[in-house]
Amino acid sequence: MSGYHLAQLNIGTLRAPQGSPEVAEFFALLAPINALADASPGFVWRYRCEGSDDATGERFFGDDLLINFSVWESVETLWEFTYRSDHLDLLRRRREWMVPPAERFLVLWWVPAGHIPTLTEARERLDLIRAEGPTERAFDFRTRFPAPREETRPQDPRP
Amino acid sequence: MVVDSPRRGQRFLSDNEGMGEADIDAVGALADPVRRRLYEYVAGREGETSRAEAAGAVGVRRTLAAFHLDKLVEAGLLTTSRRKLSGREGPGSGRPAKLYRRADRQVNVHLPPRDYETAAHLLAEAVQHSGVEESLHAAARAEGRRRGRAAAVERPVDADGLCEVLTRLGYEPAADEEEPETLRLRNCPFHTLARDFPPLACGMNLELLRGLLAGVQAEGFTARMAPRGRHCCVTISKNKNY
Repeated sequence: MSGYHLAQLNIGTLRAPQGSPEVAEFFALLAPINALADASPGFVWRYRCEGSDDATGERFFGDDLLINFSVWESVETLWEFTYRSDHLDLLRRRREWMVPPAERFLVLWWVPAGHIPTLTEARERLDLIRAEGPTERAFDFRTRFPAPREETRPQDPRP
Repeated sequence: MVVDSPRRGQRFLSDNEGMGEADIDAVGALADPVRRRLYEYVAGREGETSRAEAAGAVGVRRTLAAFHLDKLVEAGLLTTSRRKLSGREGPGSGRPAKLYRRADRQVNVHLPPRDYETAAHLLAEAVQHSGVEESLHAAARAEGRRRGRAAAVERPVDADGLCEVLTRLGYEPAADEEEPETLRLRNCPFHTLARDFPPLACGMNLELLRGLLAGVQAEGFTARMAPRGRHCCVTISKNKNY
């Protein structure tokens, strides 16, 4: 196990403002799914707005963009929660509540274990994957990169 | 197979690659009828199978079964592990048994060469980008209904009839261990697509199965999304009031 954790950001635009009937069910399902994430194996941290239990009040990325920002122990544990839990059904239904994404909306990157990433850092990584596609500093589930090697590892003979 | 490249990252490349020599060899390995029955027996079981079990099921001697099973491993269709079946340890507890199970590797053989994997991935990306999942769901439901109506099974269908239809479609249905009234599908027919586009492929599959249930008049059953382990994420359960 490396001394690194996996940070994740994904953003999306709601079809209608919070409070509208079209997205009422989305907001009703938010607390249970956040609780599920918190209880899932490998979960480390998730971003919450001050005084709130979720990130729905955050406007860092724009007024109409919802963010989901968290840290997990590995790509595999994040995958399990994202696609092999009750969360999958919400993703299946996302078109009911979210506008189709015009560009990349998800980015993964490695952080030293114990480091809590900032929103600025998250935005940098999203910009990076949008500009260059998946690289070791900003990638996704389809093109994964392993955690950085530790300094103390023996010389690797490969170039 | 995961291809590891420091600059370009790890992608699930080989499943998306075209047909190769190894794939043709794998299919060729199934030409022998006994070997084919052994493969189907092992592949059809949830966990691992020993030589003795396979030999007994197919009705051949253990040594012949061992020969064929190892040929299947060579062809990449089965994988092996060794485990002591007796549960005992230490001297006199016996050698670990050689156990077999179906390999994860997908074998692609199309003649002339075809590449539906790439087409599916590109179409999925386009659907996701333009947000027309509803259109995909409608198409899947209609196709499911068509399959259901075409199925040679008595209507309204019962659990056995439904299992037969699902088996013919490659889903490998089996009763859920914890809830016997619920069917789990051991195989996802869209596995490589689902790995790269989970909500899209799984949503499509759910609609396909809902359409199928309607087409075979499976009024007592409901398909829903309930992922667990390595199975297909759709389960089909008997409705409480039936």
